[in-house]
Amino acid sequence: MANGTTIIDPGTELLPARPGQERGTPTGWIQDLVYTVDHKKLGMLYVGTGLFFFVVAGIMALLIRAQLAFPNGRVTSPGEFNALITVHGTVMIFWVAMPMVFGMINYLVPLMIGARDMAFPRLNAFSFWLTFFSGFFLLFSFIAGPGVYGHSGAPDAGWFAIAPLTSPAFSKGPSIDYWSLSVLITGIGSVTGGINIMVTIICLRTKGMTLHRMPLFVWLALVTMFLVVVFIPPLSAAQIMLTLGRYLGAKFFDAEAGGSAILWQHFFWIFGHPEVYILVLPAFGVISEVVPVFSRKPIFGYPMMVAATILIGFISAGVWAHHMFTVGLNSFGVTFFAMATLAISVPTGIKIFNWLATMYGGKIRLELPMIFCIAFLFQFLIAGLTGIMLGVAPFDWQLNDSYFVIAHFHYVIVGGILYGIFAFFYYWYPKAFGRMLDKKLGLWHFWLFTIGFHLTFDPQHFAGFLGMPRRIYTYQPGRGWELWNLISTVGAFFQAAGVIFFVINLLWSAWKGKIAGDDPWDAWTLEWATTSPPADYNFETLPEVRSRRPLWDLKHPEDPDWKFE
Amino acid sequence: MSSQSLSTTEMEWQLPSPRVVGMILVILTETALFTIFVVAYLFYIGKSVSGPYPHEVLHFPWLGSILLFGSSGTIVAAENHLKKGSMGGFHLWWFITFAAGVGFMFWTINEWIHLIYHEGLTISTNLFGSTFYSLVGLHASHVLVGAILLGLILIMSLTGRIQHRHHQHIEMISWYWHFVDCVWAVVITVVYIISANS
Repeated sequence: MANGTTIIDPGTELLPARPGQERGTPTGWIQDLVYTVDHKKLGMLYVGTGLFFFVVAGIMALLIRAQLAFPNGRVTSPGEFNALITVHGTVMIFWVAMPMVFGMINYLVPLMIGARDMAFPRLNAFSFWLTFFSGFFLLFSFIAGPGVYGHSGAPDAGWFAIAPLTSPAFSKGPSIDYWSLSVLITGIGSVTGGINIMVTIICLRTKGMTLHRMPLFVWLALVTMFLVVVFIPPLSAAQIMLTLGRYLGAKFFDAEAGGSAILWQHFFWIFGHPEVYILVLPAFGVISEVVPVFSRKPIFGYPMMVAATILIGFISAGVWAHHMFTVGLNSFGVTFFAMATLAISVPTGIKIFNWLATMYGGKIRLELPMIFCIAFLFQFLIAGLTGIMLGVAPFDWQLNDSYFVIAHFHYVIVGGILYGIFAFFYYWYPKAFGRMLDKKLGLWHFWLFTIGFHLTFDPQHFAGFLGMPRRIYTYQPGRGWELWNLISTVGAFFQAAGVIFFVINLLWSAWKGKIAGDDPWDAWTLEWATTSPPADYNFETLPEVRSRRPLWDLKHPEDPDWKFE
Repeated sequence: MSSQSLSTTEMEWQLPSPRVVGMILVILTETALFTIFVVAYLFYIGKSVSGPYPHEVLHFPWLGSILLFGSSGTIVAAENHLKKGSMGGFHLWWFITFAAGVGFMFWTINEWIHLIYHEGLTISTNLFGSTFYSLVGLHASHVLVGAILLGLILIMSLTGRIQHRHHQHIEMISWYWHFVDCVWAVVITVVYIISANS
């Protein structure tokens, strides 16, 4: 490490942070977490917030499934059901998936690029606390004043707040305002966070880490945050218009005054479709880090992976109206958006083939992160294929707003994104806590959750084919939907059991897990060059980066990567 | 790392300034926000089912435009004085810029009072009112933020806290101010030219 770059003042006291050292008192921890501007703590706060809301919105999902288990279900009332599906969807996207994305990127990006912290640490804390409190603001609606028909004040117009339903005439009381204001606030947090992360990646890379040497996770984070910065504001704008309409009588979406309900859908989906890529690209990033390390091969086709990512980012701006084929677009619109939707599957396909090519001929180690990645590949492939089916407009005219769509996007978000997030936990938990997650509990988690996932969402494709519409609170017997719904409900409880094993594993391993060491997976990116957990200042010394795998160069001076790049 | 392997990056390791990249991204995200309001305005031109209509009530904003576009020039003059280290010139031009920003706010207040009380156009009157006040109001709120920034810098500078070495900070504020100006050019085109003549 003779010519490594020293990045801290000589006067700073160097105390290696080791697991078990200085556990402190509970009030001390809380104070520490509230005051902190450290990217690692904020990253963990983000991920912890995501987990909390995951459990909350998961319980809502269980209630929804319980209601639909049998025909003429009586678990919830129609109004409660509408509120449950609305808040379930909104929370899962904005307070589970988004905090997970921001948490993963917050924790990993400065470590991977060899930085001390984010570019704007205090802005980072600001972004987190906006997200945190706005989530509770939305949940508060359940106990707040009455909405329609004397039910709770929770929003009930669907997670994309379909336009005429959100007008004061149909949504009395403050219900929709909880939706629009809480999402507006977390949107501000996301945009400031996105700017912060982009600036960090562009401006704070350690010496030698040129753009084409960044780990793929960092590349994907960069493109993701570009999408956040550009495509969250349309949603904020639409929500400002909605709020102006509800409080000051603006006519944007008021058909009586000449306003257009379709325009709301355009504005929502201009945000809504890139949002899918905002969520899935970091999961791609996790897969792109885990698959090479557990196949013992460098990633196949790094430049193509980067190009495909950027291509996805661009095309994602032009596909939104495939959510709207049934509202009556003109034939040019339908053709354009159908073709763009099919086109975006090309770069995604390139990625899947590159991951397969990375695994091909590698020495595959079936550790937990890799197991989740392999399941991701299967499930995301199916999700992509049903996506192509729905992208074909005539097919979509038949199945839009049916359970087929529900099955499709839960395959993307649960089978794809969530598996990427699980792989993230199993792969980087040892770095954050200095201890390994237990493998036996992890396998229980994997199998229960995977079986539950397929039991829940595979039958929903068939229910959709049989004409079951989404958002119905109950159904009559005799339409052939009973069996599929019952299997689906049973599966949901399997998933819940899997999540219980996961949470137990997270808590138990933090105290009793096997000590991990700095580099338990024999990996190649910079975050494994520091201690586990990393000290506040991240790195004592940093090697100069000369290739895409700086740690490989360090471990194998006789055969470094940079000779071949 | 052993010293036998020569570094492949012996050249200077230079990355862009976080300040500059951050401001570019702020402008990018603000552009996305404004775009939606501009699209809504364009989409609803001629769709109002009742008056007043744009061509009846809108007058070309000569005074506001002169103040705002002029202030983009004066802020550059202020910057140049700061770069040269002449604090007197900086104070003078910065104050003129600040005054122009405040003047624009008063011009907007005047226009809105006229529209609301004399023409009877409010945000809830018709689609024109909704889209007009939201787009122009969003722009005016950015002018307000800019004027507050200009005022703060003026106070900090008069108390000696802005020095020559802060010229990049000042430049970022001027970038924001230019952005607000560019948005005004779009607003003029869309609101006062296209919709008022259709």
